[in-house]
Amino acid sequence: MKDAQAEHRLAVLLPYRPMQARMSVRIGPLAAAILCFCAIMAASTAWAQTGPAVLSPLQVIVKWSPLLLRGFAFNILISLLAMLLGTIAGLGLGLGLLSEFRPLATVSWLLTQFFRNAPWLVLLFFVMFLVPFQITLFKTTIPLPDWIKATVGFALPVMANVAEVVRGAVRSIPSTQWEAAESLSFTRRQTMWLIMLPQCIKRMLPPWMNVYALVAMSTVLASIVGVSEMLTLTAQVHAAEGGRPELFAPLYGFALLCFFLYCYPINLWTARLERRFRIR
Amino acid sequence: MATSWTPDQPIVQCVDVRKSFGALEVLKGISLSVKKSEVICIIGPSGSGKSTLIRCINALQPITSGSIQIEGIEVSDPRLDKLALRRKVGMVFQQYNLFPHKTALQNVMMAPIHVLGQKRAEVEARARALLAKVRLAGKEDTYPGELSGGQQQRVAIARSLAMRPDIMLFDEVTAALDPETVKEVLVTIRELAEDGMTCLLVTHEMNFAREVADHVYFTDRGVIVEHGPPEALFTAAKDERTQRFLSQVL
Repeated sequence: MKDAQAEHRLAVLLPYRPMQARMSVRIGPLAAAILCFCAIMAASTAWAQTGPAVLSPLQVIVKWSPLLLRGFAFNILISLLAMLLGTIAGLGLGLGLLSEFRPLATVSWLLTQFFRNAPWLVLLFFVMFLVPFQITLFKTTIPLPDWIKATVGFALPVMANVAEVVRGAVRSIPSTQWEAAESLSFTRRQTMWLIMLPQCIKRMLPPWMNVYALVAMSTVLASIVGVSEMLTLTAQVHAAEGGRPELFAPLYGFALLCFFLYCYPINLWTARLERRFRIR
Repeated sequence: MATSWTPDQPIVQCVDVRKSFGALEVLKGISLSVKKSEVICIIGPSGSGKSTLIRCINALQPITSGSIQIEGIEVSDPRLDKLALRRKVGMVFQQYNLFPHKTALQNVMMAPIHVLGQKRAEVEARARALLAKVRLAGKEDTYPGELSGGQQQRVAIARSLAMRPDIMLFDEVTAALDPETVKEVLVTIRELAEDGMTCLLVTHEMNFAREVADHVYFTDRGVIVEHGPPEALFTAAKDERTQRFLSQVL
């Protein structure tokens, strides 16, 4: 045995082994998703022909689609607002991480680590149950509906992730840029805002969009805490249609498709930006 | 700290400057002075501490002991206003270090506008004149990435000059350039020197040092081995190490 192994240490040109062909028909992810959706629809059509009074799954979806799509729009609204809030806060936190003032950097680091490593759903629960349903400021009462609280709940992990994106991007700029700015008497703050961050935008865009796609998909978690977003509405529609088991797959499949059609282009675009910026 | 510096005294005065990185002592007691309108060249083998010295003069790195005074202001003073100091000192780096997201003109204009708070129109006129002076008229709106190394280095020189420093520090500014573009940068520096700008250069360009410098320092392993007017140093070096170095590079 030993001799055989010793032989293999020599450089040997192995015989050419053709790679196995993977799939002869190439299907893009988008086409695949639509195909899957059609398959789900087709599978359930058989049930629909049982009685005249019962709507087919497709008819159910068409009937309820205005409501369901309104729910989806709500998901997008929550994700956009959470992203806006989270980005503003994350930029602040990221600058805190980069601060030369030690206590600020440490506190920022702790906050970032805490919110990055906490499950989103747990954070959501915390915000839902710890924040009151209304706040009174200067004798005016501002109601805080559930969806606002959910938005804040999503903004927290976004903040931590954006902070890390900002920190990583600024750190990736060569230190010689800091030196050049220093030797021209720029203050640290000026260097950050005039020289570092403008150079970072390109580098930050792909990871930032990545975070956004994650938020968009996570907004369905809000259904657990009772926000009437798409998933909540889907469950309600299902119940309203008598909870027929054959409707389960088409209704939730519709929700899946909506999210896929929204998030997939974002991810495609992110990948394209990443490629483009790497070449430069 | 109260300074009684007058313009006839040296702009830069280094006395017994020592600098260590951990256990490694890079500068072992360097003393030199630069007077107004002088051109001083520091030459020597790689790793002899030349660049470290010039970075210490600009307070980019702290010194371990000794004294560096710029116009009578002690650089190693912990209460030093580094930003105020650096306004007097222009620095040009080996790797140009231009701001890649700004055009040539914007690179030159940024510091006077944001640091000195000068008026934009006034700064722009001066920046255009400076770019013309370094023979880059017509390249105002070009980004650094589209310029050659020599052109970028001349933008970097213009950028430093825009702050109207009293002294310019050049840290091996031609070391990263193609041979054919070295000349255009050296010509620019020479013109500056002829205009009376005080210059301190770390360089490997022996011919330039010989022709332009008023005084040349030869350093090796953290000490100044020998210094003097270029003719004397280049033709009649006294120290054996200087002779060996010059015989290798000339």
